[in-house]
Amino acid sequence: MKLDRTTVTIAVVTVVLLVAGPFLPAWMTSLLRISLCYGIVVLGLMVLMRTGRVSFGHGLYFCLGAYAAAAHDKLANTLAEFGDASSLAVVRGALRLPKLLVDAVSGAFGPYDIAVMLVFAVVVTGLTAWILGFLLRKYRDIFFAMLSLAFSMILYGLLVKSSALGSTDGFNIAAKSLAGIKLEDESLRNAIYATIVLVAMVAAWLVNLYLRTHRGRLAEAIRDNELRVEYMGASVRNTIHINYVMSAVLAGIGGALMAIHIGHIDPEMSYWTTSGEVVFIAILAGTGSVLAPFLGALIFETIRSFAYEYSPNTWQMALGITMLLVILFLPGGLWSLFGKMRKAA
Amino acid sequence: MAIVLEAKGLNKTFGAVTAASDINVAVEKDSIVGLIGSNGAGKTTFINMVTGYLKPTSGAIVFDGRDITALSPRQITRLGICRSFQIPQLFASLTVYENLMTGVGVVFSGGRWSDARPLEGTPEQAVETMLGQFGLTAYRGKKASMLPEGVRKLLDIAMAMAVKPKILLLDEPTSGVSADEKFALMDMVMEAVRAQGVTVLFVEHDMEIVGRYTQRILAFYEGRIIADGDPGKVLEDPEVRRYVTGEAAIGGNHAAH
Repeated sequence: MKLDRTTVTIAVVTVVLLVAGPFLPAWMTSLLRISLCYGIVVLGLMVLMRTGRVSFGHGLYFCLGAYAAAAHDKLANTLAEFGDASSLAVVRGALRLPKLLVDAVSGAFGPYDIAVMLVFAVVVTGLTAWILGFLLRKYRDIFFAMLSLAFSMILYGLLVKSSALGSTDGFNIAAKSLAGIKLEDESLRNAIYATIVLVAMVAAWLVNLYLRTHRGRLAEAIRDNELRVEYMGASVRNTIHINYVMSAVLAGIGGALMAIHIGHIDPEMSYWTTSGEVVFIAILAGTGSVLAPFLGALIFETIRSFAYEYSPNTWQMALGITMLLVILFLPGGLWSLFGKMRKAA
Repeated sequence: MAIVLEAKGLNKTFGAVTAASDINVAVEKDSIVGLIGSNGAGKTTFINMVTGYLKPTSGAIVFDGRDITALSPRQITRLGICRSFQIPQLFASLTVYENLMTGVGVVFSGGRWSDARPLEGTPEQAVETMLGQFGLTAYRGKKASMLPEGVRKLLDIAMAMAVKPKILLLDEPTSGVSADEKFALMDMVMEAVRAQGVTVLFVEHDMEIVGRYTQRILAFYEGRIIADGDPGKVLEDPEVRRYVTGEAAIGGNHAAH
């Protein structure tokens, strides 16, 4: 198979990030980790945006992924307790299943294993998106955006009311191992960094592969003309559904990794401002490449960090001005700069 | 000759308006049929019913012995009935090559196509062949939104052919195309159609085109078929001359457009 330029770039970026990681100052690796986590979420939004649908509620999956990763044992216990209250044996058995699964996995890998947490995030966000997708795939434009926003705010409302999950304060979590290998302090920090880099870059590579398949290419056709896509024998709704689930799973992975990195989660992750930030980064970055979301997230986080440091009361203004400049001078997003440079060369 | 498509007692009403009234047609395999009639006569309604965009109020449509009346446009396309549009329906932000690849890709990605239509070579080769067949090679990298109208029409028809139809329905293929381009366009389309053994039904207002390319004409008037037969006979029919081509009414001898 011929290697395309994006695959080569992804490989180079992965190696550079992994090799340079241990030599970078802590603030910089922290910035990189946060940017990569956000980048995965934005990558997911990009997959969805190609179909012409923009979600204003991707915080739903970002938050759900984080909670599924961090509170999988609590969620499983809560479900089992719900089940125990039922008089129906079928319901009791079904709601006890997650707990049995969690216990079995924790027994094999130990509690709070990074790999296990990621798998839970994928399963929970994937299933939720698959179910919600049946409703959302019927909508477009502002209706799709608002409906997705509504779902994210429902999760926010549920979490705020849930004292078992820490209500508005959320709770702290600490990863303890990676695929069964016990980790502490520095080895844990390095493992988390390496995991985030690898997961982010593998996600970018897989999305790049998907976008080159016939199904992947259909998204742009759907954005342009849904009627014609149906008259070519392809299903608009199924394609949107597939892209939506992929998009949600990526957001869930981003959320889970963010929870593992920060060590704390709270319902704010599902609040509309979080979803807004994701859309902000997507527009800032542009959709020119699967690497654009990561560049966008890095620039967004850098501006936010420095603006907050030097101007704590007006840091939002710096982001606003950046967005204004990008929209005025680079309507295709920051990534379009590379295209312009290539043309000029 | 085998019957490939049959409409049985089709009726379609929109409130008080009758768009189709007791349409009975049997189309033979590999034939080329012209649909004529003034605006609002029911030609496009007929195409829309055959392709599943509109459901008939009553009656049935049978394709290859199978009742397709209740199927969706996508299911009907997958069975092998494809269409082009009076106003070209393209993917505006994609190039000509990508527009065709979208259709070819659907076929090559498999799924529930009714029977295995022979797929030769790769999707890329299939697109190259189509670019050549429809004279689109020079435009391959151009975005669909930047094309002149004649090329848009060709691309629209090529996209319908990209999904390997057994029946092709063309809705006014030469409307909006300049007089000196229309025969070249139709020659190209007919050559591609013959190469693949496709049955064609096309709506057309231009009687020169209808007379030259069809073997049979269906004349529509107020939702009914008022004449059905070979072109020479139908175009001479007094009712057709009066209600469709308008010649009797204006007393002239030229084709109305």
